[in-house]
Amino acid sequence: MEPVKPILEFKKTCVSYTRQTMAVKYVSAAIERNTITAIMGPSGCGKSTLLRAANLMHNLYPNIRVDGEILLNGENILAMQPIDVRRKVGMVFQRPAPFPTMSIYDNVLSGFTLNGISLSKSERDATVERCLRSVALWDEVKDVLNKKGTFLSGGQQQRLCIARALAMKPDVLLMDEPTSALDPIATAHIEELMQELQKEVTILIVTHNMGQAMRISSKSMFMYLGELVEYGDTATMFSNPSDERTKAYLTGKMG
Amino acid sequence: MNDKLYRGFLFIAALVVPVVCGGVVYALVTDAYDAFEYFGFFRFLTSSEWSYTDGAEQYGALPFITGTLMTTLLALVFCIPFSLPVALFVGEYFRDTQVAAVLGTVTDLLAGIPSIIYGLWGFYTLRPVIMALDISEQGSGILTASLVLAIMIIPYASSLSAEFIKMVPNDLKEGAYSLGATHAEVVRGVVFPVAGSGIFSSYVLAIGRALGETMTVTMLIGNTNNIPESITSTGNSMASVIANQFGEASDLRLSSLIAIGLVLFLITALINMVGKIMIKRARIS
Amino acid sequence: MTTLNTRNRLLKDRLMTWAVCLLAALTAVPLLAILGEVLLRGYDQLSWSFFTEPTPTAYRAMKAIEAGEPIPGGIANGIIGTMIMLGMAVLFAVPTGILCGAFLAENQKNRFAQTVSYLTDLLQGTPSVIIGIITYIWVVVPMKGYSAIAGSVALFIMMLPLIIRSTEETLKILPASLKEAGLALGGNNARVMLRVQLPAAFGGIFTGVLLAISRVIGETAPLMFTALGCSLIRWSVDKPISAVPLLIWEFFNDPNLQELIWGASLFLLLFVLTLNLIAKYLAKKWNQ
Repeated sequence: MEPVKPILEFKKTCVSYTRQTMAVKYVSAAIERNTITAIMGPSGCGKSTLLRAANLMHNLYPNIRVDGEILLNGENILAMQPIDVRRKVGMVFQRPAPFPTMSIYDNVLSGFTLNGISLSKSERDATVERCLRSVALWDEVKDVLNKKGTFLSGGQQQRLCIARALAMKPDVLLMDEPTSALDPIATAHIEELMQELQKEVTILIVTHNMGQAMRISSKSMFMYLGELVEYGDTATMFSNPSDERTKAYLTGKMG
Repeated sequence: MNDKLYRGFLFIAALVVPVVCGGVVYALVTDAYDAFEYFGFFRFLTSSEWSYTDGAEQYGALPFITGTLMTTLLALVFCIPFSLPVALFVGEYFRDTQVAAVLGTVTDLLAGIPSIIYGLWGFYTLRPVIMALDISEQGSGILTASLVLAIMIIPYASSLSAEFIKMVPNDLKEGAYSLGATHAEVVRGVVFPVAGSGIFSSYVLAIGRALGETMTVTMLIGNTNNIPESITSTGNSMASVIANQFGEASDLRLSSLIAIGLVLFLITALINMVGKIMIKRARIS
Repeated sequence: MTTLNTRNRLLKDRLMTWAVCLLAALTAVPLLAILGEVLLRGYDQLSWSFFTEPTPTAYRAMKAIEAGEPIPGGIANGIIGTMIMLGMAVLFAVPTGILCGAFLAENQKNRFAQTVSYLTDLLQGTPSVIIGIITYIWVVVPMKGYSAIAGSVALFIMMLPLIIRSTEETLKILPASLKEAGLALGGNNARVMLRVQLPAAFGGIFTGVLLAISRVIGETAPLMFTALGCSLIRWSVDKPISAVPLLIWEFFNDPNLQELIWGASLFLLLFVLTLNLIAKYLAKKWNQ
C-alpha cells in the first residue's frame, strides 16, 4: 500500500519565546488529509503554540522564534509569505470573536474584504450561503443576515467564525480549543459539525477535553512540556497508551 | 473629628464647583444682557458690523464666530494627518515599546508648552515662511493661526485616540490576521472601524480645545474685525477679539465682548459635553 | 497572478508602516524647533541680573538700544508676581481640590456628586480667556482695580478642576480593602481618609498638583484682565502685579523691549517642561 501523502507536516519544529526556554521542542508529525487530529496535553505543554505556528501567528510577535520546518502540501510555510499561508490555513480561536462592526453577511466575507478581493454580488451571496450552510447556521440566520454578528449566541458566534474561515476555502482548519468558552449544547453542535466538515477540510484541534478528543478525532497527539510524546490513532492511544506520561494524563493523574 | 463634621467639610468643598460654575453663567449672562438687549440676541449673532465710532456703535459677533469656526476646522484638517499616525504608532504599531514611550513624551511636552510660546514661535518662525512662500502678504491670518493651533491639539487628539486603538481586542486582530490580512488591512478593516467612535470623540474634544485657544490665535490671526474672505485673510476669533479689546473696552462694547464670551462658553461647553458623552459610550462598548 | 497581488498588498502594507512612522516622527519637529529657537535666542539673555532686576521702562530700553548696549533689567517683577499669585492659588486650590476630589470618590452614585463631577469637566473645558472675564467681573470690578488677588483667583479657578480630577482618580484606584481595613481597626471615615487613604494617594495627588501648576503657570489670557502687569517689583496683593507670561506678552507688543522676549520665554519654557517631566517621572515611579 502506498503511503498517503500528508497535507501538513511538522518537521523538527521548535518554538521559543526566549533564548533559554523552548515552548515546543523538535515536534515531528505528519497530518493526513481529511482527518481530525486532536492535540492534547496539560496547560502550558505547547499545544496551542504549535497550532498557532502552523498559521504563522508567531510572526505577529517579534520575540517568538520558530525553527525546523512546517510543510503544507510539501512546501515549507516558514519560508512563505504569511498572508499567503493564512489563506490556505484557516484558524478558529478559543473565544468566538466575530467582527463587531460587521453584519453576519459581512463577517462571512470578511476574509475577502480584508484582503481587498472583490467578488460579484452573486458570488458573495453564494459564498455566504455555502459557508453558513456548512456550519449549520443558515437556517437560523438567513433572515437576519444584516444584523451584527455580536447579537448571536456564543455557540452561533463561534460557528460564524468557522464559516468566516471556511469562506477562504482553506486546506487545513486549525481550531484552538474552539468550544472551551461554550456551553455543552453549543459544544455538541460544533462537534457534530466538525464531523461533517472533515469531508472538505483537514482539521487540527487543540482540546483540553479528553472526551471531545475521543468523540471526534481519528488521530491524537499528546504533548508534554513542549515535546510530542505520542502520536497515533485516537482509539489506540486511549485504550493502550505506549508512554507512561500519556497514561498518567489520560487517567487524570496529571493536570 | 466626627463623621458628620467630616462629611460636612467634604460637602462644602464640593459645593465650590457648582458655585463657581453658577457664578460663571450668572456673571456672563447679566453682563452680556446689555448687548443682547440693545442689538437683540439673534441680530447680535448674525450682524457682521463691529465698529466703535462714538454715537454709531455697532457690534455683531458674526465675524468672530466665523473666524473661530474657520481656524478650528482648518486646525482639525491639519491635525488629523499627524495625530492619527501618532495614535497608530503609540497604540498599535509600536505599542508598549520604548520608542512609543519616547513619542508619548514628545506629545506630552508639546501639550505642556504654554500657548504664548506657540504664538511667539508662529510669529517669528512660521510667519516669515508663509510670507516667503507668498501665501499671504502680511503673514498673519487664519491659515497661520490654524497651522500652529493644529500642532497644539495634536497631543490631545492623539493620546485619547491611542487609548481607544489600544482597547481593540487582540482576538479581533488575530482573527483578521488569520484570514490572511496584512497589518495595514487589519488597521483599516478592524482597528479603525472598532475604535472609530472613540477616535471620533477624541477629535471632538480636540475641537473643544481649539475653540477657546486664546493667545496663539491672538498673536497670529491678524486681528481685523471683518469676516475673513479666505483662509489667507486676517480675522479674529471669539477668544482673540476678547483678548485684544477687553482691556480698552467699556459700556456697550464691554458688554458685547462679554456676550461673545458667553457664546464661546456655551459652544465649548456643548462640544465638550458631546465629546464626553461619546467617550463614555465608546468606552462601554 | 497571486504572487503579484501578494506583492502589491505587501508593498501597500510597508508603505503604510513607513507613512505612520514618518508622520509620527514629524510631530517631534515642532517640539524641537520651538525648543531650539527659544534656547538659541534666549540663552544669551540669561544672566544674574536678568533674574534679579525688574523690567526696564520703554524709555530706558530705547536709550540702551540707541547707545548700542544690551537692554538693562530683567524679569524679576514677573517671577515674583508669578510666585505670589501661584502661591495663593495653590494655597486655596489644593485643600479645596483634594476635599472635593475625596467627596467625589466617596459618593460616586450620589446625584449631587454626579452633577459636581459634570461641572468639574465643564470648568476644565472652559476657555481660559473666559475665566479672565469672570474674575474681572467678580473681583476686579468690586475691588475697583486690578490686583494680585484677582490674578490668583483666576489661577485658582483654572487649577481647581485639575486637582479635583487627579485626587478623585487616585482615590478611586486605591484598593477598597485599604479603606475597609482602616474602618475595621475602628477608625471613622474622617480618620481613615486622613490617615490611610490620602497618604496612600499622596503620590498621585502630588503629581496632579505639579501638573496643574505647570498648566496654569504659562497662562496669559486670564491674567491680562486681572493682574494686568506692573514694571515694578511688588509684594503687595491688592495692587496690579506682573507675571512671567504677562511680561512676554508685553515684550511682544513693545518693539523697544523685544530683546527680552526670548530670555523670558526660555525661563518659562524650561520651568514648565521640567515640572512636566518631574511629574511624569514621579507618576511612573509611584505607580510601580
